[in-house]
Amino acid sequence: MSKPADLDREPARASYLTDGTTVRSWLDTRDHKRVGLMFLVAVLGALFLGGMFAMVLRLSLLTPEGSFVGPTAYNRLFTLHGIVMIFLFLVPAIPSAFGNFMVPLMIGARDVAFPRLNLLGLYLYLIGAVLVLGAMIEGGTDTGWTFYAPYSTSTPSAVVPVLLGIFVVGCSSIVSGINFIVTIHTMRAPGLTWMRLPLFVWSIYGASIIQVIATPVLGLTVLLVAVDHAFHVGLFDPAVGGDPLLMQHLFWFYSHPAVYITILPAMGVVSEVVSGLSRKNSFGYKPIVYSTLGIAFVGFFTWGHHLFVSGQSTFDAGFFGVASMLVGVFTAIKVFTWIGTMYRGAIAFTTPYAYVCGFIFFLVFGGMTGIALATVSLDAHWHDTYFIVAHFHFVMVGAALMAFLAALHYWFPKMFGRAYPEGWGLVSTVLIILGFNATFIPQFLLGNAGMPRRYYSYPAELQALNVASTAGATLLGIGFLIIFVYLVVSLRHGERVPQNPWESRGFEWYTASPPLKENFEHLPTFSHAPHDYQEGHPHGR
Amino acid sequence: MAGDARLAHHFSSLSVQAHAARLGMWLFLGTEVLLFGGLFVGYAMYRTVYRAAFVACSHHLDRALGTVDTLVLITSSFTMALGLHLARGGRARQATAALGATLALGLAFLAVHGHEYAGDIAAGALPGRLYRAGVELPGAGIFYTLYYFMTGLHSLHVVFGLVLLGWLTRRTARGDFGAGWDTPLELGGLYWHLIDLVWIFLYPLLYLI
Repeated sequence: MSKPADLDREPARASYLTDGTTVRSWLDTRDHKRVGLMFLVAVLGALFLGGMFAMVLRLSLLTPEGSFVGPTAYNRLFTLHGIVMIFLFLVPAIPSAFGNFMVPLMIGARDVAFPRLNLLGLYLYLIGAVLVLGAMIEGGTDTGWTFYAPYSTSTPSAVVPVLLGIFVVGCSSIVSGINFIVTIHTMRAPGLTWMRLPLFVWSIYGASIIQVIATPVLGLTVLLVAVDHAFHVGLFDPAVGGDPLLMQHLFWFYSHPAVYITILPAMGVVSEVVSGLSRKNSFGYKPIVYSTLGIAFVGFFTWGHHLFVSGQSTFDAGFFGVASMLVGVFTAIKVFTWIGTMYRGAIAFTTPYAYVCGFIFFLVFGGMTGIALATVSLDAHWHDTYFIVAHFHFVMVGAALMAFLAALHYWFPKMFGRAYPEGWGLVSTVLIILGFNATFIPQFLLGNAGMPRRYYSYPAELQALNVASTAGATLLGIGFLIIFVYLVVSLRHGERVPQNPWESRGFEWYTASPPLKENFEHLPTFSHAPHDYQEGHPHGR
Repeated sequence: MAGDARLAHHFSSLSVQAHAARLGMWLFLGTEVLLFGGLFVGYAMYRTVYRAAFVACSHHLDRALGTVDTLVLITSSFTMALGLHLARGGRARQATAALGATLALGLAFLAVHGHEYAGDIAAGALPGRLYRAGVELPGAGIFYTLYYFMTGLHSLHVVFGLVLLGWLTRRTARGDFGAGWDTPLELGGLYWHLIDLVWIFLYPLLYLI
């Protein structure tokens, strides 16, 4: 990338944070960075709520007969925990917050293609969140986040507003997916060919394709369940001739790819951080790109592995099992590439790097148990037990959340122009990684011992492992509390940092930190790929 | 191109902006197809399971009215395309007339379909367990659930399309579109054709087979 003229001097113009300070200038903004930042605040709120629900669940599971909450409240809490964490945190977290902020910077654009739609996406998200959480006042719902019929169409709890909320959040997801695809197709600066795109942009592109293809089907499914619940028309109700399995197929056609909506952007963050903080070119650029597209494609042919014990032909089960294992191949390509990038790099072992190490461990562990679960005969034993719970928490929380935290720390100086305290950062990383293992490794053992998920009570001999899991969750909570405190303090009192504190050659660092209102004083042109540490750089730093 | 009020600040040229808008619209149409796609999958599955009931119920629908619906919508697609063509040629008044005709045909579609719904409801052809219109086969209620949901969702799209058309007709009458720039009209047309296209599949599935 040719050097923008404003690289060496203090930006004469106000940054995006200070250009307009009224409340209205934020709520009515068209700036992708402000929308991204507001999304970040919103998803952090969702993470806090979902985490609180989880803590209450873990406290209740301290004793075999349950404590603190009754069984009905317990059912509603695990449902809300799932819905908030998946639809309000994991799916939008990295794309809507960091993707919104970074993608235009990385491709040398002044904004996303449709800034007004982008803001609309934020408001749709908030409206959906209000609908989902507002249903708590009516008592919430107790179906689990999967809404399996016929229970979801007959439960007396407030399932309709929750479903409508998910529908609206889905619209937000579609809008942002379309926006990213169009932005990446049409707004790249001169010289930025597809094979020079930063890997984070590629991962957002892959996730957006899944968002656009899968989300409408989820929208339709939740609408059908809501209509069924409201008018008892019986599309999924066996009493009228409906088939509940159809609902499961439609639901997982979205909800399995949703895992890849979550994990692909997480992998993109890891690709950026590994190159930036190892000071090395990606060990393989094209393998990462093609495995991203491979996951986005194969991810659509794996949903049946949720239905191994629901009534599915042996042939289908075999097909979905093998297709699921193929995802493991693509993931392994990425893992080896990251490790190859790290090898003999000049590693800056900082907080984001520590989270990336956690990410790789959790992804491999979660991925390997996933391969085991894709084996039909093994799944028959583990299905609907805590083994599954531990598996998907390793992937969705372990891996995706580690990447989210890595992004939060790696890009904190970019977004706010200030540093976070490195020592406290590493302390909380250690707490979170240890706490996470302590929470979920016992759950693998519990599941293997036969403890079903979503149960309020359990046999007394399983108490020791449950106590261990709750202790781990507490450690996890303390880690998050520390992060929250030091990041909020750093917002105001953190040391001011230069434009590129990591000395990274990722494209997003070629603008001021925090960036100007329209990102660049002069639009850049590109002459090489990002993270070109080996090739020497005319403006080496 | 500097100073052109139609060019948003973050695009380098009007042609890039139009390209982006077109791509965005096509992606959106793709999501609409997938939204209906789930319903078509459901229809195919239940038709396989309850074949006899689906054939019998299909014969109970008013085929004449369904055919009128189809002709009305196809004609409206034609007048829509004609409107865009005329606007591009700079003939704003004729274009406005063609779009007005599209609006009228869209309203006619809704009226015919409303009439059909009224007849169905009067005959007791209601969805799910409420069904009591004579077809004594398992799955008749499911057919009507699908019928109401599919045509209802489609009619909802017609309503949105009409609101969009109203706005586009006003702008065309004001002479906003002409040679060189007609993106909103083109995209509105694409949406209207999609509504037509969905109906082209609904009509044989529900009325003919």
